[in-house]
Amino acid sequence: MMSPTQWDLPPELCCRPMAFVALTGLDVTYNAIHRAIWDAFCANRRADRVPISFKVLPGDHEYPKCRTKRTSYEWYIPKGILKTGWMNKHLNLVPALVVLFYELDWDDPVWKEKQSECATKVEIVRTSLQGRNTKVAVVLIQKKTPLPPGEDLVASERAASLCNACDLSGKSLFVLPHTDHLVGYIIRLENAFYEHAQTYYYTEIRRVKSHKEFLNKTTHQLLFVRHQFKIAFFSELKQDTQNALKYYRTAYSLVHELRTHETNMLEIKTMAGFTNYKICRLCFQHNTPLDAIAQFRKHIDLCKKKIGSAELAFEHTAWMSKQFQSFGDLFDEAIKLGLTAIQTQNPGFYYQQAAYYAQERKQQAAHMCAHEVRYPTPDPLETLSGALDFYGQRAWRQGHQSIDPPDAEKEKVGIQALQVKEKDVPHSELIIALLSNAVAQFKKYKCPRMKSHLMVQMGEEYYHAKDYTKALKLLDYVMCDYRTERWWSLLTSILGTALRCSYLMAHVKDYITYSMELIGRASTLWEDQKSRIEKNLIKVLMNEVPEAEPDCDPASAKAAQALWSDRVSLAGSNRFTIEVQDYVPFGQFILLLQCKLHLYLKADCPHPVRFSKLCVSLSNQEYNQFCVVEESCKSQDILEPLSQENMCLVPGKTRKYSFKFVAKTEDVGKKIEITAVDLMLGTDNGRCVLLNWRGGGGDAASSHEAIQAARSFRSRGRVPEQHAQWDTVSIQASTMIISRVPKISVQLSHKPPALSNEMYCICVSIQSNEKTVAKDVKLTAGLKPGQDANLTQSTQVTLNGLEVCDESHPALLPDIAIGDLQPGEKVHPLLISDETVTIETVVPFDVAMKFVSTKFEHLERVYVDVPFLLMTDILSASPWPLHLVSSQLLLAPTMVALDEPQSQVEHVVLQTGECASECFSLQCPPVLNGTSSVASGQYLISWKRKSSCADAPVVTTVVTLSHVMVETIPLYVHAELPSFGRVRESLPVRYHIQNRTGLVQDVEMSVEPSDAFMFSGLKQVRLRILPGAEHEMLYNFYPLMAGYQNLPLLNISLLRFPTVSGQLLRRFLPSRIFVKPQGRQAEDASIAAA
Amino acid sequence: MAVCIAVIAKENYPLYIRSVPTQNELKFHYTVHTSLDVVEEKISAVGKAMADQRELYLGLLYPTEDYKVYGYVTNSKMFRKLHNSFTDVMCNPFYNPGDTIQSKAFDGMVSAMMVQAS
Repeated sequence: MMSPTQWDLPPELCCRPMAFVALTGLDVTYNAIHRAIWDAFCANRRADRVPISFKVLPGDHEYPKCRTKRTSYEWYIPKGILKTGWMNKHLNLVPALVVLFYELDWDDPVWKEKQSECATKVEIVRTSLQGRNTKVAVVLIQKKTPLPPGEDLVASERAASLCNACDLSGKSLFVLPHTDHLVGYIIRLENAFYEHAQTYYYTEIRRVKSHKEFLNKTTHQLLFVRHQFKIAFFSELKQDTQNALKYYRTAYSLVHELRTHETNMLEIKTMAGFTNYKICRLCFQHNTPLDAIAQFRKHIDLCKKKIGSAELAFEHTAWMSKQFQSFGDLFDEAIKLGLTAIQTQNPGFYYQQAAYYAQERKQQAAHMCAHEVRYPTPDPLETLSGALDFYGQRAWRQGHQSIDPPDAEKEKVGIQALQVKEKDVPHSELIIALLSNAVAQFKKYKCPRMKSHLMVQMGEEYYHAKDYTKALKLLDYVMCDYRTERWWSLLTSILGTALRCSYLMAHVKDYITYSMELIGRASTLWEDQKSRIEKNLIKVLMNEVPEAEPDCDPASAKAAQALWSDRVSLAGSNRFTIEVQDYVPFGQFILLLQCKLHLYLKADCPHPVRFSKLCVSLSNQEYNQFCVVEESCKSQDILEPLSQENMCLVPGKTRKYSFKFVAKTEDVGKKIEITAVDLMLGTDNGRCVLLNWRGGGGDAASSHEAIQAARSFRSRGRVPEQHAQWDTVSIQASTMIISRVPKISVQLSHKPPALSNEMYCICVSIQSNEKTVAKDVKLTAGLKPGQDANLTQSTQVTLNGLEVCDESHPALLPDIAIGDLQPGEKVHPLLISDETVTIETVVPFDVAMKFVSTKFEHLERVYVDVPFLLMTDILSASPWPLHLVSSQLLLAPTMVALDEPQSQVEHVVLQTGECASECFSLQCPPVLNGTSSVASGQYLISWKRKSSCADAPVVTTVVTLSHVMVETIPLYVHAELPSFGRVRESLPVRYHIQNRTGLVQDVEMSVEPSDAFMFSGLKQVRLRILPGAEHEMLYNFYPLMAGYQNLPLLNISLLRFPTVSGQLLRRFLPSRIFVKPQGRQAEDASIAAA
Repeated sequence: MAVCIAVIAKENYPLYIRSVPTQNELKFHYTVHTSLDVVEEKISAVGKAMADQRELYLGLLYPTEDYKVYGYVTNSKMFRKLHNSFTDVMCNPFYNPGDTIQSKAFDGMVSAMMVQAS
């Protein structure tokens, strides 16, 4: 912390005034009880306790003497406005109340003696306070708890006597029992003290006010101010802040009514400042910040022009700075106590303004105190007391209020002394402290640009203070803000300062960086300045000492020259890598296209630039060797570059470099990126600077420029081919390497749709059209992965065309090695060519089957040991002709064939929609219980596609036949009759009735008459059939009519099985017969009735 | 009369900036730049509260000690003139929006608005 200066506000002004109460008679060092009492008064005072400042003083303490009261002001001429000691006197020296502590119990054995001792002590205090209105109070410290008032007669009597002896009113005598409730008693005591103190300050205010009538406006102007100030101050001590504010305001306007001249200007400003401070402080305290701000503005407007002595103008700026600073402090303090500030009204502005005046002060000081003068002796600033009597006066003419200085010589020496003193003020330190205060505030109130601006100022101040490292740190920090905001004029100015800093520190790398940006296109410098900087830059590159920057302090520049010479002699550390991405030096663009790389370079500096190496780094470093341009140059070349040369950049012209390389196969599918572009300036043996652009180049300004260029009408038309228009090139920093589409043709020959279950044959022919041998050709064939799981499971692939696939074959054959493919050679299977074929699959045929009786009637169920027929229909659904090779019936054990079943569809070719049928005669052996469902077996069809090549494999499709219900019947009837009859010829019919039960059956049979037949035989009969036996009935029918004729109905009823109806049994019997008409031909061979 | 007039692009860089030549030009640039803090804040506040009511008048931006900085004001003649002239610049088919303004007519108009350097 800096020690307080002349301009700092006195602490007694800045504190909150509190009533001053002196405590005497307490021995806080040796007496524990007294110590406890003192602690209760002063330790841990909370905000809710009355505002009193306590002080322990000895009983015989000498209070400041009171001057004899003036009876008349007639001949009195005031020497100043406010005495420097006055505020402190009333805060800390003259108490409002003196309290005498005295240990005395009511029943003290030596009461009389103690009473008189107490009275003496009171008297001593009174004497010391002669002439003052200070109250005196006595507190008796007692060991016993007092009785309630009025009950202790001794106490009231002795209290009255004590009051009398000490000349005290009853209200000024207190009893402090030293018991457990000490703090409670103390709080009651201090409240009583507070009341006394308020009364005291009230009388003081009255006293000061009473002077007013004696004053006259001509000679006592200063007193008007003084008195108002004092009243206000006493009001504050009385905690009457509203009135205090009122009086301070009056005082403030009175100050400005004073006649001002050069000699009293400082005094007036000082008092105005004090009063203003008090007003603002109270306004903030009353939570009326706008009043505070308005008062401060008024104050500044009134005082801004009151400069005073021109030779001491720096005093005015110092004072102004302090005004702003202390207002900022007040504002900030109010914010900490809960006030809300806004972006456009926050303490930052006041600190900023304070800093501004501090800067002014510094300039004025530099200007006015430049002359070499020794500090005068004797010291004109020394006073007898070591301090001034009045605020704001000159030490060499204190109390003087005339317009002209009393002694011109003294005045001169005094001013000289002040000027010399001003020289030693650490101005930069003050400015930086204020600026950093402001920065903190603006940061809080969302003013990033203001913050940057202040940081620039701080950096510049550090530069002036010769702390270049700190300056550079700050400037570097804000530079990028200005760069991204594209405020080139501001950036240029900052860069200029930064360049000077780096020059003075001989920081080679920084120097080069700033130089390059300053000669680049973002800089707003004039060409001649750019040219000068570039020449310096070239010198640095040649390992020489650059010229000093203009505006540098000559002494510092000299020191810097020496530093540079040291740098030059140092051999090492001459290689620098500079990341230029974030600056705006040269421009550079890259276009990467199919492993052909174009690099465009443009220089914006005023002179041609010679570089020694240009290389591009790619993400795969193996390519880097192909992307280098290098040409060693002699240091002479740097100075005099030939613009025709390949390695020379001519200002404003675009140079294009092309690099080519072949992508490596392992990079297929990867992204190749340009990681960096390096440009080497200078030489390896001299100083060399590597400029490094990350990625595809460009810099802080180029992206915006590119956008602008894209919008511009200038980008269209007239592009000279060599110097390709800079604006039209856009950065492409990466490219994707993908594999080339192979020149291989793949042909698939097949005949869709495929038939399900079929061995579907696909012929793949692959032909390489590559110029070279295609190596390690592999083919993957099969079902495309990721399809329905059922499909994957039920599809098999094989390479062998003659083989029939089964479960063991996979759905996908990966990486079938084919070997090398010669150019033009035609090979079946291939390379990474992706071909997906969607094969439509259709069901080749439908197989339908049904069970029918021997009469071709549809059967719901079959009967045990009764023959029936199984009919199968194969209906072709295939678009291709189907060749049925054979068919086979595999019967389940529950079925037997009546004859050897032979395929009836062998070598049948079915066209689309055609149907092939087969018929098998079957019978079911007995089943265990009456009825059950039995399996029938499987039907195998061997087939192939008719069209496909002859050796195509035969596929066998298995059809599982449906289950059928088998039922046992008790009685079976079948007839034996010729296949046809002839009119009027006997037709013998034999009915066999079989008992299939283990019981004797009673059977009733009858034959119904019919119109078509006459017949002979038993018309109605009742018979018994033994278990398992068969009964035969013979009838002779005699047909009467030709054509299909219904046979006479045979009714059979079983007495034991009424459920078995004649109807059911009749099913087994033929119902009709064909009767031929009478003819003469002989009978031919019989035709099967079925 | 104005001592400095600036037209700022929406990306906050200056399209046009001109100040009276007698004074420290850089200082004005800084003043304009720092006042963008307030412009930004006001615009973003407007964006939140009332997106439709585009209030062009931003009023007094910064109460600096020496100068008053105003944001775009439409209801005074001075700024209307500036706006009209700016519109003319934008209507020029050869002007590329976003470029700095280099127009003699605009220059002349701005000069008329500024404190005349003696």
